[in-house]
Amino acid sequence: MNLEELEQIAKNVHQETAKYDHEVNVCMDLACASQGADKLRATIVEAAKGSDKKVLVRRTGCMGPCSSGPLVRVDPEDTLYHHVQFTHAEAIVAKLGDGPVPELQCDLNEHFDKQVRVVLENAGHIDPEKIDDYIARDGYKALLTALLEMTPNGVVHRITESGLRGRGGGGYPTGLKWSTVAKASGDVKYVVCNGDEGDPGAFMDRSVMEGDPHRVIEGMAIAAYGVGASKGFIYVRAEYPVAVARLTTALREARRRGLLGNGISGTAFNFDIEIRLGAGAFVCGEETALLASIEGRRGTPKPRPPYPAVSGLWGKPTLINNVETYANIAPIMRNGGKWFFNMGSEHSKGTKVFALTGRITHTGLIEVPLGIKLREIIEDIGGGVPGGHKLKAVQTGGPSGGCIPADMLHLGVSYDALMAAGSIMGSGGMIVMDDTSCMVNVARFFIEFCMTESCGKCIPCRAGTAQMFTLLSRICRGTGTMEELELLEELCDTVKSASLCGLGQTAPNPVLSTLKYFRSEYIEHIVHKRCPAGVCSMQIPVAAEPVVEVLA
Amino acid sequence: MNDAVEVKTLIIDGQEVSALRSQTILEVARENGIDIPTLCHLDGLSDVGACRMCLVEIKGSNKLLPACVATVFEGMEVSTRTERLQKYRRNILEMLFAERNHICSVCVSNGHCELQSLAQDQGLTHVRLPYRNPDLPVDASHERFTLDQNRCILCTRCVRVCAEVEGAHVWDVMGRGINSMVITDLHEKWGSSTCTRCGKCVQVCPTGALFDKSKIGSDHPKYPDFLLNLNLMREAQ
Repeated sequence: MNLEELEQIAKNVHQETAKYDHEVNVCMDLACASQGADKLRATIVEAAKGSDKKVLVRRTGCMGPCSSGPLVRVDPEDTLYHHVQFTHAEAIVAKLGDGPVPELQCDLNEHFDKQVRVVLENAGHIDPEKIDDYIARDGYKALLTALLEMTPNGVVHRITESGLRGRGGGGYPTGLKWSTVAKASGDVKYVVCNGDEGDPGAFMDRSVMEGDPHRVIEGMAIAAYGVGASKGFIYVRAEYPVAVARLTTALREARRRGLLGNGISGTAFNFDIEIRLGAGAFVCGEETALLASIEGRRGTPKPRPPYPAVSGLWGKPTLINNVETYANIAPIMRNGGKWFFNMGSEHSKGTKVFALTGRITHTGLIEVPLGIKLREIIEDIGGGVPGGHKLKAVQTGGPSGGCIPADMLHLGVSYDALMAAGSIMGSGGMIVMDDTSCMVNVARFFIEFCMTESCGKCIPCRAGTAQMFTLLSRICRGTGTMEELELLEELCDTVKSASLCGLGQTAPNPVLSTLKYFRSEYIEHIVHKRCPAGVCSMQIPVAAEPVVEVLA
Repeated sequence: MNDAVEVKTLIIDGQEVSALRSQTILEVARENGIDIPTLCHLDGLSDVGACRMCLVEIKGSNKLLPACVATVFEGMEVSTRTERLQKYRRNILEMLFAERNHICSVCVSNGHCELQSLAQDQGLTHVRLPYRNPDLPVDASHERFTLDQNRCILCTRCVRVCAEVEGAHVWDVMGRGINSMVITDLHEKWGSSTCTRCGKCVQVCPTGALFDKSKIGSDHPKYPDFLLNLNLMREAQ
């Protein structure tokens, strides 16, 4: 495969689609599929056959506003229909080329206007199981250009120049990581993609892997060329069977096209990718635990240094990046580092995909330039809190993140600003909470998550999160005391500072941030035995709990 | 400073010391008579950095590093006994005492227990955390030894000595988080497992979790030092 052949494929696809007058794209992502998108698509195909119009019906990945699903987009008019049922199929086909179906038309201009799509540029436009669709949208051009016209050094330099930072949550400069692996000595190096998205309420990586799998593969291949690796692994959690199936298909097609394998595009560059499945452990999203899991060992983290860049898989230099990081690579290579650098805020460049969920009108997948105000995300893109309720807090970063109170909506979304506010960017979960959420209960929920997901290797995380959960449960039941609150804060400090890996080090964040901004709710629970949001059911103790005297 | 230089100089607790490039902070500190408390570390076994007792502060870094695995670098300034570190150590010990059922007065290791000694050294007099009092099993199926899960602190010394020194890998860890447990084989009874009955795990166990059935009362000192001699003898071969 060379650039001319690539262009020929793109040309063929364009010629093929030009035969049709209309395109009906049906979103087949999980949210839409669960509401009957499959049947809808079949009915549209039937309806199109029955009419004399030339209609191309395509299944696509996630279009974004999942709460409005099932979604259908009609091209070339670019009309978006929402809440489409299979009964609407006839009407949609009948109206093609004759204006939109008014009762289905989805007016989400505000929702889309503030978004910038880099990672999701193909989502909703291509059939994820067809490599040609991806190639027709400039796919694999970046890889072949890099292989044929650039040195590995040049590739790393371009990524460094773009200012891209790791999208898995840590925000480590990607270019720096790549150059470290490139400089590490060793004849065998590995490239690993972390697709073990485990934060509750986060589904960005799933949507990318399901909606545009080739983008991840291309990003990894470019990375492999940059750092000098010839073998890659995609670590996907087994709870994402569709993502696994799409990636498997994509890998097979890429191999068949000669975009993976030996001597890619006639160069000396060899690269292939294997998929490894996670077995349902949140901690395996931590890089050293993930590598242990790929090696077939118990998924527990190791102290760093040595970092994977120096000693990773089977002791070899290993580059490990998140799905979204790899998804950013091809556009950066195509458009240049400067293009990417000019998007975003001072220290956080580019765009970020967020999974917007919780008490918000338009839940779904959004992609925004970094530095955007939280208010713009909540009010303009998300459409605000429904049902006349009042916004209370925005939770970012999953169980490792924190809650940002409603009066801090002026905050620009960037790695540093969120960190300063006591939360983290994380992988991109954004959960909106209104006045029906009890913040103590929220903290308890996340601590319970961390407690059950702790691997049990280091004591602060294993025993500390369990103790924190006990103390928070007592507060939620109305049996907590002020002394215990003090103890809880001390535990937070110990677990945060003394834990072995990121899971433990960030586990106290939900507690710390709610204590910082919503301390009065804790006091209300403890002193007045009352839950302001009415979530916790208080048990007023009948008698003081018996004191268990144990000699240590 | 050139990284290739074999000998590094550094400061530990205000004391200037020299070290080989590959040495860990713990090795250097102990060589120079500076005591850093440890639990999961044992001379002769690989290090896992799990108990977090040996955390030290490095000047210029916010991160605390486990001395057992962190290697030295030129000019590093290490503090091993700051108030902050001591507080964390006491808290971690408290967590351990509250995690399972450590009742010293009825334990075979009373007086010979590393957990107990460490608590005494660190001045731990009370446990403020609520005791979890879990219901845990005791496996006495082995003809010579007993495993009492109530006293296990999951240091994984038994797992490592069995895999690395004995080469049998009978022990491993099952479950996750607070429900983790050491098991023999695939959760077989110890007595019917592939155990070679060498007893190394019992000798390296820091508490009374693994003990010899022939010992009564609290007359059960353990001798983990055999490991160093064994390693020496193996190297000489």
